[in-house]
Amino acid sequence: MVDNLEQDQEIDLEEERVLDAIAAELPGISRDVHQLIPVLQKIQHIHGYLPLGSIGMVAAHFGIPGAKVFGVATFYNQFRFNPPGRHPIKVCLGTACHVKGGEIILENFTRRLGIEEGETTKDREYSLERVACVGCCALAPVVVVGEKIESYVTPSKVEGVITEIEIQNEIAEREKAKDEQQSDSE
Amino acid sequence: MSSNPTPSELLSELTQAAEKQWQALQNPAVPVIYVGHATCGRAAGSQETIDGFRDALAEKGIEAEIITVGCLGHCYAEPLVTIHYPGFPPLMYQKVGAGEARVLVNSFLQGGEDPCFEYLLGALEPNDTFPTLMDYPRYLYEKRVIMDQCGLIDPHSLDHYLAVGGYQALAKALEKGDKWVVEEIKSAHLRGRGGAGFPAGIKWDIARQAEKTPKVVICNGDEGDPGAYMDRTLMESNPHQVLEGLAIAALAVGASRAILYIRAEYPLAVSTIEDAIAAAKEHNLLGERILGTDFSLEVSVFQGSGAFVCGEETALIQSIQGNRGMPQYRPPYPAVEGLDGLPTVINNVKTLSTVPSIVRKGSHWFKAIGTEKTPGTAIFSVVGDVEYPGLVEVPMGVSLEHLIFEVCGGIKDGKPFKAVQIGGPSGGCLPESELSTSIDFDSLRQAGAMMGSGGMVVMNDETCMVEVARYFIDFTQHESCGKCTFCRIGTRHLLEILTGLTKGEGSDDDIAELQTLSEETIIGSLCSLGKTAPNPVLTTLRFFKDEYLAHYREHRCPALMCRDLIAYYIDLDACARGCDACVACCPTEAIFTTSNRKKAIDQEKCVKCGECVYACPPEYDAVFKVSPPEMIPDQGIKPLDEKKEENNE
Repeated sequence: MVDNLEQDQEIDLEEERVLDAIAAELPGISRDVHQLIPVLQKIQHIHGYLPLGSIGMVAAHFGIPGAKVFGVATFYNQFRFNPPGRHPIKVCLGTACHVKGGEIILENFTRRLGIEEGETTKDREYSLERVACVGCCALAPVVVVGEKIESYVTPSKVEGVITEIEIQNEIAEREKAKDEQQSDSE
Repeated sequence: MSSNPTPSELLSELTQAAEKQWQALQNPAVPVIYVGHATCGRAAGSQETIDGFRDALAEKGIEAEIITVGCLGHCYAEPLVTIHYPGFPPLMYQKVGAGEARVLVNSFLQGGEDPCFEYLLGALEPNDTFPTLMDYPRYLYEKRVIMDQCGLIDPHSLDHYLAVGGYQALAKALEKGDKWVVEEIKSAHLRGRGGAGFPAGIKWDIARQAEKTPKVVICNGDEGDPGAYMDRTLMESNPHQVLEGLAIAALAVGASRAILYIRAEYPLAVSTIEDAIAAAKEHNLLGERILGTDFSLEVSVFQGSGAFVCGEETALIQSIQGNRGMPQYRPPYPAVEGLDGLPTVINNVKTLSTVPSIVRKGSHWFKAIGTEKTPGTAIFSVVGDVEYPGLVEVPMGVSLEHLIFEVCGGIKDGKPFKAVQIGGPSGGCLPESELSTSIDFDSLRQAGAMMGSGGMVVMNDETCMVEVARYFIDFTQHESCGKCTFCRIGTRHLLEILTGLTKGEGSDDDIAELQTLSEETIIGSLCSLGKTAPNPVLTTLRFFKDEYLAHYREHRCPALMCRDLIAYYIDLDACARGCDACVACCPTEAIFTTSNRKKAIDQEKCVKCGECVYACPPEYDAVFKVSPPEMIPDQGIKPLDEKKEENNE
């Protein structure tokens, strides 16, 4: 429980930082409402998501109702309202991937990570999404992990993908510990 | 005589240097390695291939040039590498990973001894020693107009494009004038490749004659169809061809502003196009006073935010204006009153990519390809269960059978053909009896399918048609903008019925409801999304009604695909004692050891992912699928009593 509370507080703090950053940037952008979607895209590109607080700020910037900004942001699949994980996982469910069992792959990630699609794990390590098509249909089923596209994914490969990330995290942690030890002994 | 140089003269100054460089590349002094590095190549690991070549070359101290090119459309063979070794014809290799790259460096690039026939696909030029690509049906039957240079030139190099005749059409159009261009496109009878097939020349003419100014042209690269990716490939592999087509369109209608609307899901296409715009501007091929004429064009990129409906032109305009992408009633058509009320021409990436060739080579050349009503070529992304999936460009009018069985090598692993889904969520599923259908806008529509965006998914007998229909309705239901009642609620109701069917629930009334509700959704929707959404349901109902009946009458999925209606079991006679392959792969630990030390599946825990089927070594092949689940034979399985075993030992 305590852990969760701390994590939640951390997220609140981070959100505040993000909102401050957005407030600092907005005045430099044109107030032409044609820029609405590009501005939302820019916020998401920089911060990874649209904090709910940012909707009101953007609305005030363009002088339009918050409902309109929220309406636009929720209409398009690209926008998300919770922070993505450090390793965002996008499971392609295009036609070719679906026929080759993309749904099963999504289910395996859900089971392995304990989150549903559209969610982020509590430790913010992974987030899970479904996407309509990444355009690599000949290599189906496809999963995008971070920036990397994994092709011909099977349930065992799902396990492999997560294990690989875990191993890399562990290596990074060990090296960090080693560095700390070295700097301590110096 | 005016002393001002003509656009052609200005262009040829630019081209001369580019051609010289290109010639040098054709007769290289050091080996040149071309690596296909578009999105699909990258997915197949082309970055590792490039690194593999770099490392191996550095180790051996061999000097060679590595050039990244776009996608050739032969996705089954990725990563594709072409090596031009001095004295050899350019040779294309398939499935070159980092390891193969190393072997190629050691055996071939080091002294040119062994050209590694084992990885060779073919030579690009006729010669005495090597088979050429033209010896393969996949290459021979293709007719490349739009994808002519894809995968052969560096998309980031303006010089490459100039050297193969780039921007000559623009120079010609600038000299001949807008009226000539419109007439030429009209007489070529170029039909919009976005799906509807509306003649591009007529659209241009309407906008050209519209009085309001300024006018706008938009390149529609919002390729939302799950299963089609030719627009992405064109933008990634030959961006200047798209830009040249866009500039010619702008010249023809008298537009001063051009926008490329590209899906945000295609980051590589966005960055490639942006680089190309910058390069073209720098060389006065876009921007102010293009090639010394009065024609100026401001070009920008707008990133779509992932809404399928924005492929519809009025919805696309709404989204650029900062609104929800909801289609508007037409008329007025965008060509008369579009973006911000200005005359706006919206053309698909493929349409615009065809324009430069038509202007350069003339409408007669174009009309000689394809059929009388629909000249030119069609690009399909043929995916699914075919031997050679990928992008295929064929002349209009060839039959589906020719495309699937001769060009793409037929069904993988010799399985039987069941259906082909054409045109994505708006298209239909056609069975074997319709394979003689000719590929063009009108014939496909008659057959109940659609040209659509050119997505084509080939399915073998392991694909359930009810599930496919459910998938597409799930997609359109999710992507419906919500404006029209039938599209919003009708598709939802269709989805509920179809989902029930895939679980074995339903009745004769439901089937009748599917039919009438589909027909009503077509009538009751404003835009093509709703008007075509029921197509997958209607065509599967027409051609595969038996499958629908089997689902709710017998609780059986004939294709063994619907997971609620199937079960896996391990045949004890085939299973090998002591083999653990399936146990290790099962994600839910549903597989246990039986009393005779073979394996069995706990049906309660099994999630029917099918992983054990792949894991089971082919020499045993002991995992079987049945439908309905009650069909599992009683093999008298008892779990292994481990305590007892230990006591015995």
